[in-house]
Amino acid sequence: MASVQYDAATRLYPGTSKAAVDELNLSITDGELLVLVGPSGSGKSTALRMLAGLEPLDAGHVLIGGKDVSAVRPRDRDIAMVFQNYALYPQLNVAANMGFALKQQGVRKEERLRRVREVAKLLDLEPYLDRKPRNLSGGQRQRVAMGRAIVRQPQVFLMDEPLSNLDAKLRVQTRTELVELQKRLAVTTVYVTHDQVEAMTMGHRVAVLREGGLQQCDTPSTLYHAPANLFVAGFIGSPAMNILPVARTGPVEIAGVRIGVDDDLGGERTIIGFRPEAVVVGSGSISARIRVVEDLGSEVFVHLLIDHLGEERRLVARAEVPFDGLSGDNVQLGLRGAVHLFDEAEMRRTTVTL
Amino acid sequence: MTDHERRGTKLGVGESRAGAIGLGVAAWAVAMLWIFPIAWTVFTSFKTEQDASSQTLHHGLSFHRYSDVSHSTVGTLALRTAFTNSLVVVLVSTVVVMLLALPAAYALAIRPVAKWRDVLFFFISVKFLPVVASIFPIYVYAEKWNLIGTRQILVILYIAINLPLAIWMMRSFFMEVPRELIEASEIDGTSLFNQLRSVIIPIAAPGIAATALLCVIFAWNEYFYAIQLNFAGASTMPQWVIGNVSTRGNFLAKLSAASIIACLPVVLAGWAAQKRMIRGLSMGAIK
Repeated sequence: MASVQYDAATRLYPGTSKAAVDELNLSITDGELLVLVGPSGSGKSTALRMLAGLEPLDAGHVLIGGKDVSAVRPRDRDIAMVFQNYALYPQLNVAANMGFALKQQGVRKEERLRRVREVAKLLDLEPYLDRKPRNLSGGQRQRVAMGRAIVRQPQVFLMDEPLSNLDAKLRVQTRTELVELQKRLAVTTVYVTHDQVEAMTMGHRVAVLREGGLQQCDTPSTLYHAPANLFVAGFIGSPAMNILPVARTGPVEIAGVRIGVDDDLGGERTIIGFRPEAVVVGSGSISARIRVVEDLGSEVFVHLLIDHLGEERRLVARAEVPFDGLSGDNVQLGLRGAVHLFDEAEMRRTTVTL
Repeated sequence: MTDHERRGTKLGVGESRAGAIGLGVAAWAVAMLWIFPIAWTVFTSFKTEQDASSQTLHHGLSFHRYSDVSHSTVGTLALRTAFTNSLVVVLVSTVVVMLLALPAAYALAIRPVAKWRDVLFFFISVKFLPVVASIFPIYVYAEKWNLIGTRQILVILYIAINLPLAIWMMRSFFMEVPRELIEASEIDGTSLFNQLRSVIIPIAAPGIAATALLCVIFAWNEYFYAIQLNFAGASTMPQWVIGNVSTRGNFLAKLSAASIIACLPVVLAGWAAQKRMIRGLSMGAIK
């Protein structure tokens, strides 16, 4: 077990002019589960591969347990990685797959078998130890890949979208098991995903990346309630935060109606953002029309159109259950809760609670 | 399902039985066209020389021509000698080719060296040279180093001929080994040797087998150098087949028998390796 540090770590792929990971600074504490999240091309996988030693650094350092490993080979970093497609050795059975790294380290056969069985028991893989990967289901393969990492008892787990090849139901179930397991083993884990729900539900902290740059690294709750900038605000949360352009000066108006926010950020105010649950459907003075009603049973999302600054704009509201509005109905809206103001540079400058 | 339905090719949606039969007949016709020279040779090899030269069948079929060609007249290349020479030359050259191609393919596929495209092109460019153009300098040096009439010169040449092809094929098979598996093995702490032995070779095994088989076939069938650089004692099967032309007068049936004997080992090897070979050849983009 160990801490992990990225110190201005930079990776520039040969033949490109923009760094895939640009001066990344990130500290991961011992035993933490940190999630790297971002859209494709954000550099999250590259960052993980830099930590694994599969991708060299062009500048900066990567430290594991306080030791600079930037120039250390992958096999000497004492890490274990779970790949998106599991990367199980097809010609070896489950037991041999799980014990492969130990065999390479020269661990004796009895010791190897003991540790493999122990982990197999932990993951309910005991009946399958003699099977080849091709004779396993997707969920079992995923567990074998996890088991192969756990058997090694490494300092750090690296996980590259390990759940993305599972079907939706199994993914949610495995997510919980993985969180539980990580807590039990208390091994520092860096977890890469493009799925913000996975990031929010699993991470002790979540680092949001965009085009190789770290946008914000904080607890899921802070990311949701106090996003550092417009990108994080839009990326985290589903459905996404409502974003509207607003006049730079004077009281904030939505669809021509004052909402009780006056701060103009010294004339730099350009954008207002608020989450679907801050929109109250049915009471208020903002006029809107319903586009679509999505009834999920436990909650209802109402997609709305408003006439804002001479343009038709879309909003999403989370309405109380039961909701009896229909597509095409005219409704009145109000705002209640947190409203964020962003400046020209798309940074969040203030949050007002209505 | 009735018996009738189970028989024959399964029809796709909207396909007619008559169309399928038509295509089947056409396929058989093409196959017959292909097999004709071989079938003719096999048939001729069982005839008497009189029947063979007049394309008739008055004297029945027998194995006599096979026994004729396997007993050599004094002073000519014996079947046993030629077969042993072929076996040694083919096996030694193939083993050496595989041993050299393996690390080369690794360096070109798994960890591409700088300028790997140029290197790859260089290997195949060696094949552009017409064999005829190379024979004179090869002959001169072979004579200078006393290699004429030896197995060694053929081993050396067959290694040179097969190596570029083997590297190209093996490279494309190694490219098919999933990147993540190689990365996983790197994190799992394999040495270079173990990575090859435990991860890459088992996965690329069908391709490696296919490559080796092709090398065997090429070396076994190679005719030009074998004829030019060897006269008698050290020569190989193709030379032995030709030897049955000049020394035995009325020869068509014997030549056929000799050809069949020369083909048989490769056909059998190909048959034995068929399953792996097909998997191997369909694994990479081999033309």
